[in-house]
Amino acid sequence: MRLSTFTRLSLAIFAGLVILFLIVPLIVIVFFAFDASNVQTFPIHQWTLNWFSIAWRDPAVRSAFLLSVKAGLFATLIALVLGVMVAFGIHRFKFFGREAVSLLLVLPLALPGIVTGLALHSAFNLIGLPFSLYTIVIGHATFCIVVVFNNVVARLRRTSNSLHEASSDLGATPLQTIRLITLPTLSTAIIAGALLAFALSFDEVIVTTFTAGAQNTLPLWIFGAIRLGQQLPEINAVVVGVVALTIVPIAYAARIASGDRVKN
Amino acid sequence: MASPANSLTQRTGAVLWRRPWLRGALTLSPPLLWFLIIYLASLAVMLVTAFFSTDALTGNISHQWTWSNFSQIVHQSVYASIVLRTLTMAVVVTITDIIIALPFSFFLAKVVTWRWRQFLLALLLLPLWASYLAKVYAWINILSDKGVLPGIESRLGLPTTHLAYTNVAMWIVFSYLWLPFMIVPVYSAFERVPDSLMEASSDLGAGSWRTFRWVLIPMVLPGIVAGSIFTFSLTLGDFITPLLIGGSSSNFIGNAIYDSALNGGNLPFAAALAFISIIIMGGYLLMARWAGAFEAL
Repeated sequence: MRLSTFTRLSLAIFAGLVILFLIVPLIVIVFFAFDASNVQTFPIHQWTLNWFSIAWRDPAVRSAFLLSVKAGLFATLIALVLGVMVAFGIHRFKFFGREAVSLLLVLPLALPGIVTGLALHSAFNLIGLPFSLYTIVIGHATFCIVVVFNNVVARLRRTSNSLHEASSDLGATPLQTIRLITLPTLSTAIIAGALLAFALSFDEVIVTTFTAGAQNTLPLWIFGAIRLGQQLPEINAVVVGVVALTIVPIAYAARIASGDRVKN
Repeated sequence: MASPANSLTQRTGAVLWRRPWLRGALTLSPPLLWFLIIYLASLAVMLVTAFFSTDALTGNISHQWTWSNFSQIVHQSVYASIVLRTLTMAVVVTITDIIIALPFSFFLAKVVTWRWRQFLLALLLLPLWASYLAKVYAWINILSDKGVLPGIESRLGLPTTHLAYTNVAMWIVFSYLWLPFMIVPVYSAFERVPDSLMEASSDLGAGSWRTFRWVLIPMVLPGIVAGSIFTFSLTLGDFITPLLIGGSSSNFIGNAIYDSALNGGNLPFAAALAFISIIIMGGYLLMARWAGAFEAL
């Protein structure tokens, strides 16, 4: 399809504007985190690193951060085990209801998060389970499984089954085959899935609102602080920290995935 | 010659090898049980709770079957207007994101060089994965009366806009938040269209607009529908943006659910409202399935 120079130019300008629209808010948030003033006004007159040290020393922020990390690690672990298993099951075996299983896996992401949150809240309420780290983990793991599943199943579709057959033919036990063949071929897909799952869990706020009770994860602390309108400059510092912490694993996961695409 | 333990694992391996259904059942049952026991059972509990009521005096849930929650939602005009407001916003935001994502994704997939494409895709990762609350907070800083936008406007001598706590602000922020979720599936749909098809279309005399409209759009439609599932569902279930950006008179279904479940102590009523969102989203998913979006997810 031959595009005129005018069309190309207008498309390029439009795309540039879209990128600006997407990136500028993130730049704004970074700038305000270094703003020395107590009230955020534009333009910024004086710069400081003070808000980062205040946020770092705030015990409420610290305990929220710890809870988020713990919940993220636990949820990622569960999502990893269950996601890899279901990816294998769906990929290797033909069975009645296979389509239904794939649909079931995306359901926690396709349905509004508030539905998952309220459903778990009602169930915990019914059986009298008190809110704890584990209630948060249960919610997070449920929507993280599909992330691991997607990464692993995509890799399985691209690797052939003959390696596994050869391994068994040569006398390897199932465990040896898993250790020597399956895990090495899947390792980067599994790592990428785990990083994405952790980032998703670390940032989640809607389901967590309904499964945390009185506890604060880092997103819940941020939500509460914005809502109350206090500690505003400190929020900027915390939020920049959260973005930095999620972007690093995501960028790494993307690099693994793109290296993968080049190799194949 | 093999040790007993080893021969035992080998025998287990042989047994499993000869019975694929057993291997299948063993690998699939833990994840499926998780989804059945935790997710589906919880959904079922919530759906049943929607037909219970809360005792006004004790605050306990009375386990007596009643339609009262649903009749309250249908007959009180405040809930009808909440549902209508949420749906309107979901539709408007979805359309806005489609209009932005179509030319952008086309440019990304079919016009730029490989190197630029990689660079722009990397830039897209940032807004896609940056913390949701960080993005909402950024917009509060931009739109508020002393924020960036009025600041720039007054420096340029323009009249300042007062967008904070309006529906327009909510529309901008929602469109911003979900735009990457629309771009990603639409972009991959464009990427899958072979260039030869576009060449064939222009060889047969179609101009670039006709090729775009009659060859490309139908082929990326599943991607558009897949993206719209996200934009629609995410808007439908949100209560944070309406609260922080929209202000007091802009309640969504999500806010009503949040208030009755966590502040009002009326879990059955919250469950009935969630029931309604499931029905709306279920209808949307059926439509999406009909349009073939699930192959594109």
